[in-house]
Amino acid sequence: MEKKKKKYEKQLILPAGEFDVFLQALNKAGYEIIGPTVEDQAIVFDTITSSSELPTGWTDEQNAGSYRLHKTEENLFFDFNVSPHSWKKRLHLANLLLWQAKTNGSGFSIAESNGNIPKQAFLGVRSCDAAAIEKQDKIFLQGDYIDTAYKSRRDQTLIITVNCSKAGGNCFCTSMETGPYAKSGYDLSLTEIKKNGRYFFYLEIGSDEGASVLAGMPALEEASVDDDSFVRDKMREVSKMMKKNVDTTDIKSLFYDNYDNSIWTKIAERCMNCANCTMVCPTCFCTNVEDVTDLTGAEAERWRRWDSCFTMDFSYIHGGSVRPSAANRYRHWITHKFAAWHDQFDESGCVGCGRCITWCPVGIDITQEIQNLRKSKTPV
Amino acid sequence: METLERFLTEHNFLVNLEPEFVKQIVGCASNVHFSAGDFICREGRDADKFYFIREGKVALDIHMPQRGPVTIMTLNSDQVLGWSWLFPPYRWQFNAQAKTDVAAIAVDGSCLRAKCINDRLFGYEILKRFSQILADRLQSTRLQLMDVYSANG
Amino acid sequence: MSDQNVNPMLPDNFSISRIKTETDDTFTLELQPSKGILNLDFEPGQFNMLYVFGVGEIPISISGDPCSKDKLVHTTRVVGTVTKAMRKLRIGDQVGVRGPYGNPWPVELAKGKDVILVAGGIGLAPIRPVINHIIANRGDYNNVVLLYGTRTPQDILYPKEIAKWSEVHNILSFVTVDRAVGEWDGNVGVVTKLVARAPFDPHNAVAMACGPEVMMRFTILEMQKRGIPDESIFVSTERNMKCGIGMCGHCQFGAEFVCKDGPVFRYDKIAKLFEVWEV
Repeated sequence: MEKKKKKYEKQLILPAGEFDVFLQALNKAGYEIIGPTVEDQAIVFDTITSSSELPTGWTDEQNAGSYRLHKTEENLFFDFNVSPHSWKKRLHLANLLLWQAKTNGSGFSIAESNGNIPKQAFLGVRSCDAAAIEKQDKIFLQGDYIDTAYKSRRDQTLIITVNCSKAGGNCFCTSMETGPYAKSGYDLSLTEIKKNGRYFFYLEIGSDEGASVLAGMPALEEASVDDDSFVRDKMREVSKMMKKNVDTTDIKSLFYDNYDNSIWTKIAERCMNCANCTMVCPTCFCTNVEDVTDLTGAEAERWRRWDSCFTMDFSYIHGGSVRPSAANRYRHWITHKFAAWHDQFDESGCVGCGRCITWCPVGIDITQEIQNLRKSKTPV
Repeated sequence: METLERFLTEHNFLVNLEPEFVKQIVGCASNVHFSAGDFICREGRDADKFYFIREGKVALDIHMPQRGPVTIMTLNSDQVLGWSWLFPPYRWQFNAQAKTDVAAIAVDGSCLRAKCINDRLFGYEILKRFSQILADRLQSTRLQLMDVYSANG
Repeated sequence: MSDQNVNPMLPDNFSISRIKTETDDTFTLELQPSKGILNLDFEPGQFNMLYVFGVGEIPISISGDPCSKDKLVHTTRVVGTVTKAMRKLRIGDQVGVRGPYGNPWPVELAKGKDVILVAGGIGLAPIRPVINHIIANRGDYNNVVLLYGTRTPQDILYPKEIAKWSEVHNILSFVTVDRAVGEWDGNVGVVTKLVARAPFDPHNAVAMACGPEVMMRFTILEMQKRGIPDESIFVSTERNMKCGIGMCGHCQFGAEFVCKDGPVFRYDKIAKLFEVWEV
């Protein structure tokens, strides 16, 4: 993807009362807006057209193995942290029809299933999730081969980040340097502010596409120097609220030197191999393919589906699985995230969103496990 | 005698062995030749010799009822045939058959054993080198047991 | 960089032009583009993803001659659902092909040097293109030695060709079997032990090994005993693969994607991983 990201110097003020004007401008520019809503007692991203559908007054409480919504006094639109699902399900689909084939005599013909992808605006992307999208862009768009299915969606996507106004119970984005303030990866970025009787969004522009949405609505007033410093202070405050952290000093060798550490066996005593962590992780990208045929065997389809390195089949080669033990499958997952990813993509594979902690049925906390690993004795 | 000494010095098994020690072996050694198909030794017979193979291929086999001779391994130039001479009751445990014409140096087992006892340093050198062969054969056998090329490999 | 608008997951149709049974459980397919002219260039050691209609897709190394540009040749062992279905195909049937993918054998680096090729079982199939390349450029290489081990004499791939490589092209070939059955006058014993016998100058040689991982580990030990530096040893590895282009994540071997960083690796770069269980 070759979107030119240009840093716009001026920040703007979008009054909260005019938020619907902003949403209308997005619609007018042709975007379907995918924004946060409350559904089944969770924050769920879905198509919205008005601010009335936003989770106003709701916040979330996340701990190891738990997620709850409750009401607040504040009545903010975006007073929650990461949603159960990440955005990858809209860019790197969980189930994707790669192509269809039909027999014709001794051969077959293959046709790509090219759907028309509508323009979509992701509203309320957290900075950690924006970083995750950038990481997946690297995998699918910046290698020797391009994932055309991913590209077709990514090209049609406008990213509107909303900086977090609080830190969640499992957040550690400061450790991973992906938040809470979004420095890149957005077309437009919002910070929701209520102070001294003013309720507004501090708006930053990250791309021409973002700027052109704003061109479709009445001009916004520029932010003051005071507003700038207020946002900076607010972000610093949110950083300080972060209860979890990961010490990333020499983190590659921490993992590479500990393949034989007994800690993996200890974690495996709790890990259920349910693969939840890999499904909710916004950067996990592994897929399997499935070939299906109709009853007559004349038509075949090839589907690509999310896969997880926690399954036995994942590494199967004739004769058996390369990683038959649960301990070494966990080791593979976390070592890939925190060490191998650096070698593969020159950065960490973790954005510190904490979803794997929230959605682990037994509450395995990677930040805690990394601390345990640091405290343990490195095997000879 | 000089040719024997040269052959032995050149043999892989005796690389870097002190010339004095080579001379000790020469005292127990003789040149031998086998034609393709000849048995060099037979299972159960007295193992009074071992051989430095200079040229040719030798197959070690065991005779199995109904199946006939089963080749366990083959030995080629620069390898050593036989260690049964080292341990009582000094009997061959395999057949060794020349698969091609074979040129070798035969060493008399009891002669060399006596020299090993008289000169412990020499004895240590000889045993150390034979131990290396035993370790190599054990490792090879383990690898063969793993059956690495099977479909489940 | 591939064309950004071409979906790399779409196979091209190829038709089977020849089928050859090699051994009890291996066979060779020759493939030609079903329509039009396609570029069939590949480098020795690369692989294709082969698709059998409605059954599935698997990585299979290219075992043909890189100089002959009119067909793709794949020798396959019947081990799973897809290879079983593939063996049932007949001349004229089609398969899907994506590729070629992967990091090749270092045939350029080996120029002016001795070359030691060590293959185990079906591992000779990905090595054959190296031999074809060497034959076409024989003057560029010094001593060329092939050490090849199989389970039994019946499992030896390309026996006539091996004889020809020795007799006509001055490629010194040692073949050995783990188990001698029937009339077999050749070597019996593990292939790793042949390394000691191969004539080469360890300081001016390149070794390439392909076979079961255990076999390669012991081959490397023997190479090290002979004094070849780890940087001159190359090994081909095997992992589960679904995409072949570094996107499905299945083939990870430490930080390496076997499909694009491998399957051929310089040994010193992965030596540490060879020591880790279940990596």
